[in-house]
Order: sequence, then C-alpha cells, then structure tokens
Amino acid sequence: MSLGLIIHFIERIVKWLMPTWLRAWLANIVLSLSPILLALLFTTLILVAVGAPPLEAYRNILSGAFESPAKIADVVAACVPLILCGVGMSITFTAGQWNVGVEGQIILGAIFATWVARNLPWPQAPLLALMLLAGILGGALWGMLAGLLKIYGKVHEIFGGLGLNYVAQGLAIWLIFNPWKPADGATMSGTDLFQDPAWMPHLGNLRVSPLAVILALTVVVMAYILLRGTRWGLELKAMGKNFRSAFLLGVPSTPRLLTAFAVCGALAGLAGAIRCSARYRRMIPQISGGQGYLSLLVALLASYRPQWVPFIVLFFAAVGVGSPRLELNMHLDSSLGGVLEGAVVLAVILVNGWRALLARRQARQSIGAGLMPAPKEELA
Amino acid sequence: METDFLVQTLSSIVAASTPVVLASIGETISEKSGVINLSLDGSIALSAMTGFAVAFTTGNVALGILAAMGVGALVALIIAFASITLRQEQVAVGFVLTMLCLELADFLGNPFVRKPGPSVGHAPIPHLSEIPILGPIFFDHNLMVYLSLLSVIAAWWWIYKTQPGLKLQGVGERPESAFARGVNVNHLRYIYIVAGGTLVGLAGASYSLSIKLGWSHRHTFGIGWIALAIVIFGGWSPWRVAAGCYLFSLLKALGSILQRNPAFASVPTQIFSSAPFALMIFALLLVSSEGVDRLLAFLPARLARRVDRAIRGRPPGGLGKPFVQE
Repeated sequence: MSLGLIIHFIERIVKWLMPTWLRAWLANIVLSLSPILLALLFTTLILVAVGAPPLEAYRNILSGAFESPAKIADVVAACVPLILCGVGMSITFTAGQWNVGVEGQIILGAIFATWVARNLPWPQAPLLALMLLAGILGGALWGMLAGLLKIYGKVHEIFGGLGLNYVAQGLAIWLIFNPWKPADGATMSGTDLFQDPAWMPHLGNLRVSPLAVILALTVVVMAYILLRGTRWGLELKAMGKNFRSAFLLGVPSTPRLLTAFAVCGALAGLAGAIRCSARYRRMIPQISGGQGYLSLLVALLASYRPQWVPFIVLFFAAVGVGSPRLELNMHLDSSLGGVLEGAVVLAVILVNGWRALLARRQARQSIGAGLMPAPKEELA
Repeated sequence: METDFLVQTLSSIVAASTPVVLASIGETISEKSGVINLSLDGSIALSAMTGFAVAFTTGNVALGILAAMGVGALVALIIAFASITLRQEQVAVGFVLTMLCLELADFLGNPFVRKPGPSVGHAPIPHLSEIPILGPIFFDHNLMVYLSLLSVIAAWWWIYKTQPGLKLQGVGERPESAFARGVNVNHLRYIYIVAGGTLVGLAGASYSLSIKLGWSHRHTFGIGWIALAIVIFGGWSPWRVAAGCYLFSLLKALGSILQRNPAFASVPTQIFSSAPFALMIFALLLVSSEGVDRLLAFLPARLARRVDRAIRGRPPGGLGKPFVQE
C-alpha cells in the first residue's frame, strides 16, 4: 500500500472521529499557542546568543515564581496592580484611546495616598479607606488631565500621557527629596515607613493582602458589567469603532471620553495606593515600576476585554516575580522577563496579521475560481 | 570673551542635538510616506547599545555605527511588514516594539554597562572650521554631527526638490492618487520606512559613541518620544523639525545653566530631567490647540497669518492608514 493511501485513510478516520467543530477548536488552540512558542523561540535564541543555557533560565524563572507558598503569594500580590491598570486600560482602549499615561496615574494615586497616610492620625479602617479613596481621586485627576489635553488641547493622548508620566515622576522625586524627606536625609529609597495603621493587612506571613485581591477581582466584574450591560459601555464601544459616526448618532463624546480617562485613572490610582500601602509601606520614587506600560501590553493581549485580563496578568506577574532569579543564580539581567513579555505580544500581533493575510488570499483565490461570490467591499 | 562663551555654547548645542536631529529627520521621512514608526524610543536605545557593544568588542567605531544603523533598519522593517503587509495597527506594533527593544537593550547591554570604550574621533573640517564664528559652531565637530547637519539638508532636498521626493509626498498625502499615477505605494513605503529607520539607528550610534559615551540602564532616557513630538511640532518639514531640535537643545542648555546656579542647588536633578517632557506637552499644545487661534486673533491679520503658517503643520493625508490596493 502506498504512503499516500495510508495518509488518506488516516485523514478519513480523523474526520470520522472528530466533528468539524472539534477540529476547528483544536486548530484554534494550536494557533493561539503559536505566539507563545514563537516568543519562547526568540528568547531562546537571545539566550543562546549570550551563551546562557536557555532551559536553566526558564527553570529559574518558574521556580522563582512558584517554588513556595511565599513565592505564589508574591505572584498573586503582583497581579493586583496589573489587573487594576489592565482593566482600566481596556476601558480607554474600548473608547479608542491610547491612554499610555497610566504610569503617571499610578504615581499620583500613590502620592495622594501617601499624603493621607502621613497627615491623618486615624485608626486603621477609616485611614485605609481614605487612603484608597485618595489614591482613586489622584489617579482620576491625572487621567482627566490627559483627557482634557486631548479634547481641548488637541494633544494626542500618547504624547500627553507620556509627558505627564515624566512630570509625575519628577513630582514624586521632588516630594521625596523635599517636604517628605526622612530625618536622616533623602535618598532614592524613599520616605520613612508609614505608621502602622496605614499598612494594608497581609495574610499571615505571606506578602499578599487579601483586601487588595478582593478589590481587584471586584473591579474586573464591575468593568465587565459596565462594558457589557450599560449604555455607557455601549457608547464607549461605538466611539472606539468609529468616533465620527458615534458623534453624529448623538453620543456625547466629550463627557464619555473624560469619564473613560477618569475611570482608568481612578483604577491606576487605586493600584498606586495599594502598592505604597501593601507592598512598600512607604512612598518610593519607583512606585509605578513600569506597571503602567506592562498593563498596556496586558490590555492589548486581552483584546480590551476585562474578563480576560486576570488570566493574562497571571503570566505577566509570574514572569515578573520569577525573573530576578536570573540575576541571583545566573548573572543575567532580569529584563529577560520583559523581553519575553514584549515578544509574546509582538508575536500575537504578527500571527493575527498573518492569519488575516492568509484568509484574504484564500478569499481572493476562491473568487478567482468562481467558488464564492465577490464580497461587496473589503474592509482593511 | 563674551562672544567666545556664546560661540562655545552654540557649538555645544549643535553637537548635543545630533541624536534628536537624526532621529526626527528619520521619523519625518517615514511619516512623509504615511507610516508612523512609533518605536523610536526603543529603537534608539537598542541601536545605541548595539553600536557601543560592537565598537567595544571589535575596537572599530565604524563597525559599531554600521551595526547600529542595521538595528534601526531591522526594527523599521518589522514595523513595515506588520503595518503594510499584515495591515496591523501601526501604533500598536510601534509601542510593543518600543517596550521590547528597551528590555532587549537592557538585557543584551548588561555586560557593557559603564565600561569606558571607543568613541567617534574629533575631526574639524579643514579651512571651513577656520571661518570666524560659523566655523567653530558648525565645522569643528565629529563625523556624527556633520551627518546630522547633512541629513537635514539632504532630506529637504530629496523631499521637495527631486522627482522621487514628489512620489514620496504623493504616497504619504494621497496614496490612491499616487497609485493611479502608477506608483507602487507599498513598495515605496517599505523603502522609506527602512531608510528612516537607518537614520534612527544612526541617531542611536551618535548617542553612545559621541554624545553620552558608553552604555547604562535607561541610557537614552525618553529621547525617542521627544523626537516624535518634535516631528509634529515641526510640521513634518525637515527645516522646521531641525529648528525644533535646536530649540529643544537650547532650552535644555539653559536648564543646565540654571541648574548650576546656586539658587537652584536644592532642586534635585530629576526635576530638570523631567522638565523637557512638560515642555513637550506645552509645545504640542502650542501647535495644535484652538486656544492659539484665540491668541492669534489679537494680532493684526497679516502677522497672524504668518505666525500661523510658521508654527503649524499639517500631517500627511495618508498618515497611519494602510493602503489597500484594489
């Protein structure tokens, strides 16, 4: 029997065993995983190029993230700000806005929360509540500033947001070096530790705060409902799809844009307040730590859907918590984690584009062969 | 004595502007063809690192410069492929590449952090550098500075004075019309994005081999975003973009003079390093907002028209949109 005939029979058996939907589903899964494989291939090549053993590097990242309950708790804690910002950014993306100012909004949230922690000698519960609210307020104001610049100043939100990030960074450093400097002199390691009531309670010895996790998950559910089930969400989507048509159909674009920026800023500010209250327990210059830019990648990967954000964040947080191991054990720079994350997102974009290209080619061929009626209009 | 100081300051401003000028001229060329290369910040960092690393290991500065240009071109090629062939969102691809390149530069550049290494040698141009005042300002530098000056003139000449330049403008302004006239739009876009990317790579090399020698964490600190903003500020015209770059460096030089003033001694240096970005927002506000229209209304009509023409620019009509050939 020839080889071709055998393959033919195998194909028939597979087709008979697996219904079409199952095959499509499996193909979909393989295709969805291919960006991760591509990204791993890329980082592996990079590791080989610098003469480091790739498998050991990946093993270090994994064990750095999951080897003990303490490490897993760190990963969960690292998820919280990324979830908050990723959800926030999904909202502004839904409205068609590139809100890259999240980094600065985190900083402003932390600044407002720090002011409360330093100035109000209250008991724990009201103090923490007020710190979080202050963080929300600070972030929302900074987010609205980017929105105002966009709407009234016609400054593209990418430049407005980025500029405000650097301004917020300067403001944080000025505060730490001047009014908030510790008694023994200001350094880049930040202010004095907060008083005890301003510390968000941890779960036993683990460095994770249950309150923060609950807040983050609540935000995911609320954002899902807001975008899926309210008129506000529908109007944001309409603006994101086609700003001009939405405007002509009567969507009040200015208030909707401002609220989108404010909500995203509020979530980022909350993340900032949580980072300085639960994680560092003081204000530090690097309080945002690149979380804003990372969450942009998260939102891109989640295709702006809040419900997908937590799962993607888990990957980002694990890589983030695990990669400092590379420095400890292998004398490699921990930025390899960032390379991996960036490469995954790039690969997703490229693979999606490739699939769309193939689909276009196939459609054109079927039209050529007269198998399919020509589409009325091809959309880019 | 006074003029000496002035000439020296202007000369150092011309030198310090090198990377910004090269990067924003490169971006201007790319955006003129209708594609935004948003990866500038990462692209400059990665090419600066590569340039220094190659020059450091081989001991050959020319090789370093070539490698940096190659990196810039490669990043631009990815942008071109993703946005033209695959029709993905240019801004998304650019932003992701920015992040990826910054991290990659940190990772690969780790062994080269704070190492003293080679640099581009000082090379005054004979005769020209002896012209009083103009000589020391423009012709008493190194190769990179001359290339940055040359890039401005060459870009202007190419875009506005040659036949291919006219095609470039057509491809960026109205790709459909250019296509109808028999221009291969996407082919030309590929070429100009990669050409622009090569200049961006050169900008990176000028950073690590001429302006701020060597490599360190976040070595190029946001310079790419400044360059991107200057392209808008300069209204996509090489001369005005270059003017924006020199203005920016002038303000930065003034900032560092202020910083040395004892009255400002207590202000931490980080304030000064974030001031350019506040300036960036302000500059964009100036060229785009409607508030400026109201201010211009106070001027006499003829003057207002001139000021308006001088500070505003219009983006190429096809900027940021993929061209679908039917």
